[in-house]
Amino acid sequence: MLSIKLKVALALSGFALVYTAHAQQKPAAAPKAAAARIKQAAGTPKSAITAEFEKFREVMEEASPAELFEAKGEDLWKAKRGPKNASLEQCDLGLGPGVLKGAYVRMPRYFADADQVMDVERRIVHCMVTLQGYKAEDLAKQPFSNQSRTPDPVSLVTYVAGQSRGMKIAVPQKHSKEREAYAVGREIFNFRAGPWDFSCASCHGESGKRIRTQDLPNLTTKAEAIRAFQGWPGYRMTGGLMHTLQWRMNDCFRQQRFPEPGYASETIADLLTYMGVNANGRVYKGPGIKR
Amino acid sequence: MMADPMRIRATSKDGVVNVKVLMSHEMETGQRKDAAGKLVPAHFIQSVSATWQGRVVLSAQWGPAVSKNPYLEFNFKGGQKGDKIQLTWTDNKGDKRTDEATIN
Repeated sequence: MLSIKLKVALALSGFALVYTAHAQQKPAAAPKAAAARIKQAAGTPKSAITAEFEKFREVMEEASPAELFEAKGEDLWKAKRGPKNASLEQCDLGLGPGVLKGAYVRMPRYFADADQVMDVERRIVHCMVTLQGYKAEDLAKQPFSNQSRTPDPVSLVTYVAGQSRGMKIAVPQKHSKEREAYAVGREIFNFRAGPWDFSCASCHGESGKRIRTQDLPNLTTKAEAIRAFQGWPGYRMTGGLMHTLQWRMNDCFRQQRFPEPGYASETIADLLTYMGVNANGRVYKGPGIKR
Repeated sequence: MMADPMRIRATSKDGVVNVKVLMSHEMETGQRKDAAGKLVPAHFIQSVSATWQGRVVLSAQWGPAVSKNPYLEFNFKGGQKGDKIQLTWTDNKGDKRTDEATIN
């Protein structure tokens, strides 16, 4: 559901982008331009549109609307809420109850109290259930942002992610269940099925691929795996909605015409473990902005 | 429903204060239809003003063409580190929100 003003904004930015692309092609000699265009189509150098968008993103990152959700998440984290009238300040995200600094870049991880590997959203939902008394089924009913509502876990994840800004990704692989999650995640990533015989790897297993103007990261390589992590949770300008990786994974399955995975499920935790470990060592820039 | 707070950052450099403001607002144009096909009523910020030491340093009139969760950036001369700056918006439903930040 695109709002009209967004359509206008997109149309306007599209105009600017087209204009730039046109201006760039003009001075080049024919064979050179053709070669450049073929190269560009192959996706090796960044396309003009991607470059333009990245310029825009740089400006926007200084004051991303994601910050509004960080602030909302902080309030939610500290407020006494739910049937048990408790805050989330005793929630243990792997570094001890209430320790948020660096927690996001060290997840998914194994949690002994739940005997499960959990990504950040799965863990927050767990805390909302155990500490605050919410029902998991209720939280799973409409877990993703839409025009009329941003679910609480989305703002909470954004707040927690903001506490790892500028830190290195270090998804652990110490516990045997964490290693198992990685292995299963890799299987899921490469599993081809559905009416289109698709897998995650169909789009994200090879470098230099793109859909329309969107360059696709090869998530199997160390160099590009960071792009699965970077910018999430992200404020999507399409619709002006805040989304987490939980939504991103769900939407990738939808695009593959797979059955919808369960919200905050093991499947998603496994996939995120696989992608997170591949991105280990890279610096996480905090909640971002997406087109 | 009370509006969410603004995020304001104000930094002073060489006698010029740079102010960055993020506002949390739906900014409905009044032209969009909901899932049931009914028009979503217009709801947008109409005026924005910034004051420093009781003086208005920025006054703006906005309309429905401004995006959801608007971002505003401007500069003004004269502010010092430690001074306060107040931002206020008013929307077409009469809702109002004022937030303050310290220049640093």
